[in-house]
Amino acid sequence: MNQTSSDHRMAQNASDDRTGRARYSLALGVVLLGIWLLWSGHYTPLVIGFGVVSCAIVLILTRRMNIADEECAPLLGLRPFVYLPWLIKEITLANIDIAKRVLTPEMPINPQMIRVRASQKGDLGRVIYANSITLTPGTVSVDMQDGEIVVHALTSEAADEDKSGDMDRRVTALEGLS
Amino acid sequence: MGILFDILSWTCLVTGSFFAVVGGIGIVRLPDFYTRLHGGGITDTLGAGLVLVGLMFQAAKGGVLSAGFEAGPWLVLGKLVMILFFLLVTSPTSCHALASAALTNGLQPELSEKKDEPSR
Amino acid sequence: MFAIAMAAILVTMALALARARLGPTVFDRILALNMFGTKTVLLIAVIGFLTERPDFLDLALLYALMNFIGMVAVLRFSKYGHFADTEPEKKAE
Repeated sequence: MNQTSSDHRMAQNASDDRTGRARYSLALGVVLLGIWLLWSGHYTPLVIGFGVVSCAIVLILTRRMNIADEECAPLLGLRPFVYLPWLIKEITLANIDIAKRVLTPEMPINPQMIRVRASQKGDLGRVIYANSITLTPGTVSVDMQDGEIVVHALTSEAADEDKSGDMDRRVTALEGLS
Repeated sequence: MGILFDILSWTCLVTGSFFAVVGGIGIVRLPDFYTRLHGGGITDTLGAGLVLVGLMFQAAKGGVLSAGFEAGPWLVLGKLVMILFFLLVTSPTSCHALASAALTNGLQPELSEKKDEPSR
Repeated sequence: MFAIAMAAILVTMALALARARLGPTVFDRILALNMFGTKTVLLIAVIGFLTERPDFLDLALLYALMNFIGMVAVLRFSKYGHFADTEPEKKAE
């Protein structure tokens, strides 16, 4: 299902495929170089030269393997900085709630399986949505079928939170396709 | 100046440790496999996150207090940010893989009420 | 203060080990193993600060990545029964 949709998209955008590919390669190169500079900690011309050569080899390999796409360098711009603070707030609130329930002797939990719609268009958006659901304690995404995510929720409150579709809308906005 | 960073970092470390232990208690106390996933979720998000943020404050203190611009503490800060990033990306992925593998192998979750109600 | 964080992380690791010992399914044990792995990452990072040797962070990073790869490998194996290519994956969906 995912495979065919991405194949379709690729055929559709055959014309601007090349420039898109170059954009992803450039972004990947910048990220790789940044990681090298962060990891190495030695800033002599020789070591930085090694880094540049290594990054170039990786870029050539990704070009040859045709895997330079949004999967290896997601280009979301500044939108994550709107989404992330909201997600952190949600995670904190959910954490406190679940921690309270775990520590109460009688454990007031109410496990249930629910289905929520994922209205994101691309695979990346769906991955972000499913991961956000799992990252919020109290809900774990178990399966994905035809644009719906099967969620295991620990409490009714957590289930209602996901059913309300608030997170879905925010991730769709983050994806920014449309 | 240094004491401010210390207070922030100690608060984060202690609350993070608390949430880590609560998640550990959850993983032992909760009744079935799917609910235990949530217990693991607590330690992986707020537990690990707050401990790493606490360490970040320590690194930032080192960076601010050092005379002039020293690269060392800021590199440490960057590495901590990368560790947090990797943990936050990989832990839900492995959690989801675990849940879907369990479901594929036919492990049924214990549900309290409203069995398989097709909501919406 | 780092000692408190270390003690808490060790307690969590012990609880995860208890769950791994109790079982009852193989997935409970993998979950406990996963948790043990992420706690190890934290423990290494805190030890790095406790002994004032920031080099430990590189080990923590490496361990985080290795833990993830190992977990996915174990789960692929437990889901499909073998480390094959994508052919059986489509059949299962």
